[in-house]
Amino acid sequence: MKPAVPGSGRKSPPDIQLIRGRYKRIATWLLIIVVFILCSIHIHATPYKLMTGLPQMGSLLQEMIPPDWSYIPTIWQPIMETIQIAIVGTTLGGILAIPVALLCAYNMMPNKWVSIPMRVILNLVRTIPDLLFASIFVAMFGIGPFAGMLALLFFSFGIIAKLTFESIEAIDPGPLEAMTAVGANRLQVIMFGVVPQAFPYFVSYFLYTFEVNIRAASVLGLVGAGGIGILLDRSLGLFRYDRASMIILITLVIVLAIDYGSTRIRRSLL
Amino acid sequence: MRDTRAYKPISRRIRFWLSIIVILAIYYWAFQGMHFEGVQSTTKTVMLSIINGFLHPDWSYVYIPDGEDLLRGLLDTLIISILGTFVSAILCIPFAFWASTNMSRRLTVSGSGKILLSVIRVFPEIIVAILFIKAVGPGAFAGVLALGIHSIGMLAKLYSETIESIDRGPQEALLACGANRLQVLRYAVIPQVIPQFLSYSLYRFEINIRSATTLGLVGAGGIGTPLIFALQVRNWSRVGVILLGVVILITLTDIISGKLRKRII
Repeated sequence: MKPAVPGSGRKSPPDIQLIRGRYKRIATWLLIIVVFILCSIHIHATPYKLMTGLPQMGSLLQEMIPPDWSYIPTIWQPIMETIQIAIVGTTLGGILAIPVALLCAYNMMPNKWVSIPMRVILNLVRTIPDLLFASIFVAMFGIGPFAGMLALLFFSFGIIAKLTFESIEAIDPGPLEAMTAVGANRLQVIMFGVVPQAFPYFVSYFLYTFEVNIRAASVLGLVGAGGIGILLDRSLGLFRYDRASMIILITLVIVLAIDYGSTRIRRSLL
Repeated sequence: MRDTRAYKPISRRIRFWLSIIVILAIYYWAFQGMHFEGVQSTTKTVMLSIINGFLHPDWSYVYIPDGEDLLRGLLDTLIISILGTFVSAILCIPFAFWASTNMSRRLTVSGSGKILLSVIRVFPEIIVAILFIKAVGPGAFAGVLALGIHSIGMLAKLYSETIESIDRGPQEALLACGANRLQVLRYAVIPQVIPQFLSYSLYRFEINIRSATTLGLVGAGGIGTPLIFALQVRNWSRVGVILLGVVILITLTDIISGKLRKRII
């Protein structure tokens, strides 16, 4: 809430403004509460349902402990597949993102007829979540890691291209102007003016997307797109919660380890 | 920078080439696992029917007077993400105060809170959704709970960073005139953090609506459920119209929430 500025209250004295502000605030909160209640009614969410559901949840968590340690050898191969999907998907997406990022940046592509449609396409690609991509590609190419890889390719393409074109727009124009002045062509300007400045950012975004993709890849299997998720789906379907918790545990360890390594590399880069 | 490259000591050059070799080995291994040859031989005909379906979206599915249609699915998705954001925006406040370093004297308290939050963050929401489906049955309510619990991890982290960055002045002034802890919280801390809290909640809402479209794939309500049915019977024109609806819904909510966020701060 803005404090009443003295002198500005010629039309309405400050105290009336204050009261009006208070009414506005109360109205906003009332609106929020009404929306909340209406939404809850629409999806039949009741506290009663939660109360009866929670004990079931508790027994489920109880069944998850202890995890089934003997299951580790079986899940090793799918875990590796998960990492492979993430690596290949992120890499191909990142490679695809480079030309698009150059076409999107206003300082590289002054022609608005190219850069603006490119940006619109990029925004549309980014609206579709990874699992939707995965379920569509599974229907197209069949169950397996290939569909998951394609899903991550498009997903990471959207993220990396967006972040990279923003950092390309923020680079120092000095070297580019100097190169243009001595007669370098467009390709040379990009090679020796843009790439050295934008490359560390690109690698950093690439690694960040890789971290996101490892998490995504671990659940892609739930829709059949390869990786550890397929086993998770199976063990949940067979009510083997001890196995499911083992899978979740291993996935957490892998995700944390990769996060740690990637954060260290990113820190040394920037 | 570039011209000093020739004088790099040999140890650094060895390290450079070693890392190149390691990266190449990793890529060799990763591409081995992809089974590019496993792609179906019928891909071409499938592709043609997909393109045909996408070019002719099933417009009759947009609104069906009685029954499951696109608009109702999208409304469900929107409601799931609104409620999920509500639940997490309220539930995460205690976690945020627990995890912020300037609200407790001992570092172990805030440290344990931060660790708990990062554990919550690494759990994918889809797995949380599956667990809640087992507890409260399939449907939108499970989706709401999943989003509500999963979002705590990120929201509470952002909230706690806000709390850590507040101005200490009002707090000390109130303490000096003898306010108790609750009063300090009410009159010095809360007014400073509310705008940021709202802005972060809106940001999380944008993420949640994306997640909510996928929750239906495992049975937690929303537009994902009709999508997975349409995909299973290869009804591409229906898939096309659903995807179109998802893209429009997410773009619209992004624009509205972005405008609101700009007004708040």
